[in-house]
Amino acid sequence: MSISEKGNPNALANAVSNLDLDTPEKPYLDSNELIINMGPQHPATHGVLRVILKLDGEKVLGTECVIGYLHRGVEKIAENRTYTMFNPYVDRMDYCAAVSNGLGYCEAVEKLMNVEAPARAQYIRVILTELNRIASHQLWLGTHALDIGAMTPLFYTFRDREEILKIFERYCGARLTTHAFRIGGCQYETYAGFEKDVTNFLSFFAPKIDEYEALLTTNRIWLERTKNVGVISAADAIALGVTGPVLRASGVKWDLRKAQPYANYSKFDFEIPIGENGDTYDRYLVRMEEMRQSMRIIEQAVGGIPEGPIMGKVPKVIKPPVGEIYHSIEAPKGELGYFIVSDGSTQPYRLRVRPPSFVNLQALDIMVRGLLIADVVAVIGTIDIVLGEVDR
Amino acid sequence: MAEEVKTPAPPPPPQPQPAKTGPSGGSEGEKKPTAEKPAAAESAAPAKPAAPAGKSDVPAKAAAPAKPAVPTPVPWTSPLVEKYRNQYGSGLEALTYLGQNYLSVDRSLIPDILRRLREDEQFDYCVDVTAAHYPKREKQFDVIWILYSFARNERMRVKTQIADGASIASAVSIWPTANWLEREVYDMFGIRFDGHPDLKRILLPDGWKGYPLRKDYGILQQDTEWVQINLGIESGQ
Repeated sequence: MSISEKGNPNALANAVSNLDLDTPEKPYLDSNELIINMGPQHPATHGVLRVILKLDGEKVLGTECVIGYLHRGVEKIAENRTYTMFNPYVDRMDYCAAVSNGLGYCEAVEKLMNVEAPARAQYIRVILTELNRIASHQLWLGTHALDIGAMTPLFYTFRDREEILKIFERYCGARLTTHAFRIGGCQYETYAGFEKDVTNFLSFFAPKIDEYEALLTTNRIWLERTKNVGVISAADAIALGVTGPVLRASGVKWDLRKAQPYANYSKFDFEIPIGENGDTYDRYLVRMEEMRQSMRIIEQAVGGIPEGPIMGKVPKVIKPPVGEIYHSIEAPKGELGYFIVSDGSTQPYRLRVRPPSFVNLQALDIMVRGLLIADVVAVIGTIDIVLGEVDR
Repeated sequence: MAEEVKTPAPPPPPQPQPAKTGPSGGSEGEKKPTAEKPAAAESAAPAKPAAPAGKSDVPAKAAAPAKPAVPTPVPWTSPLVEKYRNQYGSGLEALTYLGQNYLSVDRSLIPDILRRLREDEQFDYCVDVTAAHYPKREKQFDVIWILYSFARNERMRVKTQIADGASIASAVSIWPTANWLEREVYDMFGIRFDGHPDLKRILLPDGWKGYPLRKDYGILQQDTEWVQINLGIESGQ
């Protein structure tokens, strides 16, 4: 067997033989079952995801995801880098929410070292992380709507996301993989006019969400394509470890920012939006509302940034004591966790990333069974995966 | 090509650095002593709780803001722990480190205790299944389950040690989410899960040789070999 087997069409036959899918009692149409590949190069898979579909006509009988095309061995890299050197790598996992990844990693290491970032740094972190959550949801909305056939939202969301990226750029010089935080606090002081930029963004963006909603929320085509599509019950979602907006849309009111507050989220007022039906439409509504709630958090945070240092008392050489820690945050896509084992040296002995996209993707199968191929596209979009994070 | 042939010469010098992991004999690796530490810490841990637990707890908290005094795991006491300790006795050890609770349990208890945590204690969300490799230890692997209970809003970890080549009971029938997570552990460490419905590699191609997250898996050696076989050139690393 060669290493490049994934690219080999014959591998499909092997993969299929492993598909143990329940055959329905009576066929949907009087046709033969068909196995086809969706991806890995497919615009609607949001990266390099290959889904093997078992079909009866247009109807999906089962799926199997083949992932790993973007595997870079992030966890192995971590073992060969110091804690500080590894920091920028985490931005490359979920590159749509690099700031969140950085926050999770820095907090995990801080926890392992038993230090805390100063208050001012916490505020800056929350503002940037929530801005990033909005940016991530905007990107999701644009591409998700595009997949389903609505092209305009993509232009709207990218136009408005630009404003957030500009703030990032002015703050730390980078737009996407920001590397905004350091272990112990923040590297950069806010630039002159940071608060004003953020406030301006809030007043600029509030009507824009309404604009998105005007395009979609009551749009008949949108409703037809998303209502009762990709339904997942709360029990199934929990059993499959699904987190984030997907879990909340199924009616579970659970958000790590509230359940086990990290950073200084306990200081801010915000609601956890939840859905009822656990379908694609509810997930859409939940994320739209989350953007509004993020704006609320930012509004409170930006008005209250305290003075003070932005870097905690951490040594130049990061050497956490022997021990292990698990720390997780509510990333835009769900629970992002870091499990770090330290042997007392400057390099992590073991660093495990618990990626929300990877775990959520596992629910794809249960969500698309019995639907049509076109709905698979909608469901992949609604889970909001980033393959950089799935494969790491 | 002539230049490329020369390149293999340079790699040896850098090797001591990243190739810290001669399978068993390569002693120049700096990771060697470090690999031992966690194992040592763990074996030392059981002895500690009785005496220094109370003492070490205080400085850990007091000194936190300035210089982190080295915190040590302290015993974790809760009704849950008591219940299981009474039942399983010495096969189980409950500790708290930095406010996080974990159970170190004997491998033989694994399917049983996980199932009970799920069914009786409402740990209904399996956050993660992962592993760590300690090549110096007799039982080389730690397998770790990170659990969360929505009802209790509580997190805990269950840890066990297994030897290289030994397998462990799959948790897929307890938490379906363990399916991909266990496949990843298998993919990266080569730990087999008994009763897993479809245990095969998940991130790496099926024909991949070796298990990358083992400590004796050198990144350079892999890179050189792969490039040589598949691209027919010497690696530039």
